[in-house]
Amino acid sequence: MRGMTIIVKRITQLMTPSIFLLGVYVILHGHLTPGGGFAGGVLIAGAFVLMVLAFGLEETKSEIHKWHVSFSESLGIFLFWFLAVLGLIQGTYLFYNMLAKGVVAIPGRLFSAGIIPLCNLAIGIEVAAALYAIFLTLAVLKMVEKL
Amino acid sequence: MILYILSILLFVIGLYGVLVKRNLIKIIIGLMIVEYAVNLFFTLIGYRNGGTPPIITKGMGEQIVFVDPLPQALVLTAIVIGLGTTALLVSFAVRIYEKYNTFDVRKIRKLRG
Amino acid sequence: MFIILVLLLVLMILGAIVALESRDLLSGIISLGIIGFALTVIFLLLQAPDLAIVQIVIETITLVILIAAVLKTTKTDTTDEIGLPKMTLWLIGLAFIVIFLISAYKSCQHLPEFGSPVLRMAQYYIDQGFAVTGASNLVAAVILDFRGYDTLGEATVLFTSVAGVIAVLRKVGRTRP
Repeated sequence: MRGMTIIVKRITQLMTPSIFLLGVYVILHGHLTPGGGFAGGVLIAGAFVLMVLAFGLEETKSEIHKWHVSFSESLGIFLFWFLAVLGLIQGTYLFYNMLAKGVVAIPGRLFSAGIIPLCNLAIGIEVAAALYAIFLTLAVLKMVEKL
Repeated sequence: MILYILSILLFVIGLYGVLVKRNLIKIIIGLMIVEYAVNLFFTLIGYRNGGTPPIITKGMGEQIVFVDPLPQALVLTAIVIGLGTTALLVSFAVRIYEKYNTFDVRKIRKLRG
Repeated sequence: MFIILVLLLVLMILGAIVALESRDLLSGIISLGIIGFALTVIFLLLQAPDLAIVQIVIETITLVILIAAVLKTTKTDTTDEIGLPKMTLWLIGLAFIVIFLISAYKSCQHLPEFGSPVLRMAQYYIDQGFAVTGASNLVAAVILDFRGYDTLGEATVLFTSVAGVIAVLRKVGRTRP
């Protein structure tokens, strides 16, 4: 797939770091400001889609390989299951919020609210990789000629 | 009251697209309109007059009116699942076009081969 | 604000009618984009900023996928045929829709009016959510602490749909014996 003209390429080079940084910010501050895992994940996927549309598939493949995408999607959902089972190992029920909540960590700061920021991180990684994989398969890769 | 009736009217227009149209892409468009209407109806139920988004900030007074956070949590999940459903439907449509060379549902009748 | 909500809903209904009845498939898909963006503005007016962020980005990605699928295959809707079967199908569809609307109107009279919800389950989340979980964002506390199973199910559904898309569109197919 070919890329676009040089004006689009230059503007994309300037804007993609800002979109990526906004996505990471929205994921990490999910328990303090509006947003969370889903909103940050789709923003990061949007940055990747912009890179593929502006530069073409060949140049983006040298940055983001296919095994990166499949590995990070599986890692995201495995991390979410692991955080849920962590409550079972300690002797209480599933999904127990067992990290420091408000005694050692002060609510309103970044390190607070127990297990919620780690869950946001796992969900964000999984949603970003899944949406990028859907976009690559449906819109970019070629159709087979005949069955 | 009239807002509820208008969102159910949007749902019914999407349902008409799924029932009556014969082009596969029009059926997918109708299903997406149904999904938008359902998300809108859920969010309309949870609104409160004079409310603010449900975020607790520092330096807030004692009597603050929040909108309902429970429908927002349900609709957040539903929007992402809707994208997964649409992607699967579009992949089916592309595969059917490769084999039969048309999108008309009356001509896609051979079940084997 | 009530007037703005009614006007945006009327815009969405007009966009839906254009999207379903146009003969050119590409303009139908662009009208679908109008519905999605109007929905984002409605979410912002109803004080739900999380939903607005998710809706606008997913709407853009869905438009890109649909336009790519349409440009690869055919561009116009060529399934029109005038005859008796089409008229009866249209009349049956219209009758079903009228019955649906009448029963929906009768049941909407029992809902609480717009602007004063019942809040029976959410009152516990609003009062005790900050003290029990320690998170300032009540929506994040609800989806990850009080109702964590729903988020687990959603992550599994997204993973399954990606696996399904890749399995349907692979190059390796079934060979005849």
